Amino acid sequence: MPKDHGIGAAQKRREDVRFLTGAGQYTDDINVYGQTYCHFLRSDVAHGKITSLDTSAAEAMPGVLRIFTGKDFEGIGGLPCGWQVTDKNGDPMKEPPHPVLAQGKVRHVGDPICAVIAETLDQARDAAEAIELEIEDLPAVVDMRAALETGSAKVHDDLEDNLCYDWQFGSDQAVVDKAFAEAAHVTTLELVNNRLVANPMEPRVAVAEYARAKDESTLYTTSQNPHVIRLLMGAFVLGIPEHKLRVVAPDVGGGFGTKIFHYAEEAFVTFAARQINRPVKWTSTRSEAFMSDAHGRDHVTKIELALDAENNFIGLRTDTLANMGAYLSTFSSSVPTWLHGTLMAGNYKTPAIQVNVKAVFTNTVPVDAYRGAGRPEATFQLERLVDKAARELGVDPIKLRRQNFIESFPYATPVAVEYDTGDYVATMDKLEEMIGIPGFAARRAESEAKGKLRGLGVNCYIEACGIAPSNLVGQLGARAGLYDAATVRVNATGSISVMVGAHSHGQGHETAFPQVVADMLGIDESMIDIVHGDTSKIPFGMGTYGSRSLAVCGSAMVRATEKIINKAKKIAAHLMEASEGDIELKDGMFTVAGTDKSVAWGDVTLAAYVPHNYPLTEIEPGLEETAFYDPANFTYPAGAYACEVEVDPETGKVTIERFAAADDFGNVVNPMIVEGQVHGGLAQGIGQALLENCVYDADGQLLSASYMDYAMPRAGDVPFYMVDHSCATPCTHNPLGVKGCGEAGAIGSPPAVVNAVLDALNHAGHDVAHIDMPVSPHRVWQAMQG
Amino acid sequence: MQMSDTRVIKAPREVVWAAILNPEVLKACVPGCTELTGTPEEGFEATVVQKVGPVKATFKGTVTLSNMAEPEAVTLTGEGKGGAAGFAKGGADVRFAEVEDGTELSYEVDAKVGGKLAQLGSRIIDGFAKKMADQFFTNLQDAVEGPSDPDEAPEAEGEAAEEGKKKGWFKRMVSG
Repeated sequence: MPKDHGIGAAQKRREDVRFLTGAGQYTDDINVYGQTYCHFLRSDVAHGKITSLDTSAAEAMPGVLRIFTGKDFEGIGGLPCGWQVTDKNGDPMKEPPHPVLAQGKVRHVGDPICAVIAETLDQARDAAEAIELEIEDLPAVVDMRAALETGSAKVHDDLEDNLCYDWQFGSDQAVVDKAFAEAAHVTTLELVNNRLVANPMEPRVAVAEYARAKDESTLYTTSQNPHVIRLLMGAFVLGIPEHKLRVVAPDVGGGFGTKIFHYAEEAFVTFAARQINRPVKWTSTRSEAFMSDAHGRDHVTKIELALDAENNFIGLRTDTLANMGAYLSTFSSSVPTWLHGTLMAGNYKTPAIQVNVKAVFTNTVPVDAYRGAGRPEATFQLERLVDKAARELGVDPIKLRRQNFIESFPYATPVAVEYDTGDYVATMDKLEEMIGIPGFAARRAESEAKGKLRGLGVNCYIEACGIAPSNLVGQLGARAGLYDAATVRVNATGSISVMVGAHSHGQGHETAFPQVVADMLGIDESMIDIVHGDTSKIPFGMGTYGSRSLAVCGSAMVRATEKIINKAKKIAAHLMEASEGDIELKDGMFTVAGTDKSVAWGDVTLAAYVPHNYPLTEIEPGLEETAFYDPANFTYPAGAYACEVEVDPETGKVTIERFAAADDFGNVVNPMIVEGQVHGGLAQGIGQALLENCVYDADGQLLSASYMDYAMPRAGDVPFYMVDHSCATPCTHNPLGVKGCGEAGAIGSPPAVVNAVLDALNHAGHDVAHIDMPVSPHRVWQAMQG
Repeated sequence: MQMSDTRVIKAPREVVWAAILNPEVLKACVPGCTELTGTPEEGFEATVVQKVGPVKATFKGTVTLSNMAEPEAVTLTGEGKGGAAGFAKGGADVRFAEVEDGTELSYEVDAKVGGKLAQLGSRIIDGFAKKMADQFFTNLQDAVEGPSDPDEAPEAEGEAAEEGKKKGWFKRMVSG
């Protein structure tokens, strides 16, 4: 019988009651007495020099309180980058300034130039129209290859060129060269990982207020990690010490990575509220979101696989150009390097791997982590390449993968990471069963009878979640720790508030986290609430991204709960006049082993806060514990995905008929939430594969900046998914044995879709080696015409 | 974005040339133009109200004439700013050739849009620009030679109506 309680129970999400009834409290729902409104005047050219800027007429407009320009930020810190990557020559990456408001130059369409503050939003917008601004156009740098050519225009005048870093990683050159020299077959593939816009349902919003009498600032912002914002903005941008700055991220309507980063707008409103001594609110329009939220992906890669005569993978090398956009967003530099290069082994025992990445500045919106962040790029390259190799060699793509699977763990890859556990054979077995390999021929015949082409695509994936440990990532250039923290506060009557550093913006922490604590204490989940998102309430944790919450913050919560249990047992021992070592906790009752003595959970918690009969000389009153947890290693979720498509040969339109995902997430706390996470990730991966594409023209104008031109997946674009996570190999180094499930769907699905389309076309006699994403009807049709 | 086309106007080359340099004619011919002042030598300042897909805006801008080779060729260069709507700029090389029926105008246009116009209108901007160019030259044709369909000359009244149906208002003006 399925569990209805504790770890493993598919409990319905308690937060959905407020989300589904319109009772969520999002940042835009927060309105502060005396609030003013901010509107940013943004660049409508990709690259230019501000030759004149006159705000006097605009400042005289009705309701205008003040107009800020770059001048107001002279001498104030710019937005910092959180990860310093070292070039292959040993030099640090190029780190040009990232101003809050443009300093003399604009570097992408959407770059903020001025901020108008007025009594109403309409007044602020009207005044922005009256600002007299002249920009001298400069040549825009858009294409990455052109950006690296000698004589290219430069995004940053102070830099030598547009190269941020040239990074090399993995096996020694000689080892890789030898593998390729000895290869019986080499498969080469050049591909693009298309630029995406995250498009969370809730656009970014920031509301700041300043209490002058106490010199305290409060920022309400749409963030996945309020403590990170407090530290970055306080210490590096505005110089506000932590105890004078509170950052609150209330209900957040989706992030997908794009709300990790510290943005100019939230720093601006915090700054401005102090300057004008009034609260300041900014709400992004959808148009602004397209040109100011960090974009995702945008890699151009050449990848080569060396195989021996028996089709064993013996060498792999990659050359990638990664678009940074105009400025370095908070974690942009780490995505194409440490979050991408370290995953290039995939699920395979390739002994020699070398990864080369050149990061390039262009006159486009900054690019940073988006659901998967580096790992989807790695997976897409590798799994497309393996499929191409199978086709070239005339072998079954599943068989080729199985032959090269890593089968014994722990396994140290040539790209620095050590997989603690996994069973790739099991997930592939499961996948074959789910998708029904033997029935495919009949389904293909059925499609063909309707005049459609049918293809089956399969791929594997591995990801590294819960990025850690801090002392290692520090050596790799991270300017932050990557632990997390939880405080378990048991109240006098036994109810519990758990203050966590992780932030829930769709992940269901408010449901899943109490299941863990309830399971450990044997009490009902309804007695436990999660507190998150407010730096004045929660311990210093790093927030939620990289599928880390349960593996890292959940582990901190387990450690804190263990401390609670230890202390509660001492109290229980005192109450029952027994030895602490004999106390057992089960189903919310403390018992003395071998006796019928017991005290209830509530008796112990009450004694902690009303310590009349209490060992005050031995332990403190109260029942509240905090733990910080810094993982020993990443976790390594892995799996195998399969997709069946139908292609209409007349139009090139691809429809997804079947999709199966067999994931190994380790132990699962709430299977329903896990399934939902996989569904969401798959929709985003399918969106990338078939529909989504962020397009700039040669002048750096953003062409796909509304839902008329940027195609988001809709319900009709995705199939009913078959999802399984029964092939679990628990993580060996965290107390819950969990691995993380938030990004898997987006990482694993794009290659399955594209592999399926190519299978359909090639089976129908079209010799097509590759089609770049999005695999639109136009591109498919063109490929079919040769 | 680039486009080119040709059109024959039933009038002598000098008349067509004079028409295209006349601010009154330009104002009447540029679709949505509400104001146009200036001279061919010093350039024109114009205000144009247009709706491109979902973006409606008032564009204020300048038009300058260059490469003037009377009466054979001229280059028009313009730039308009539409505030929050973004900007449009471009140039047109216009040639005037004598043909049997009158004057053959041929033009090559190179236009760019930026800001919200590009973001929201990229899919419709080509069609829009083509329509704008067509409209401009149709208006010019009408101004010079009179409306192609006499029933579409509502501005002509009374005695002038008969005349108007035969001649365009500009041609009337220049021919007295």
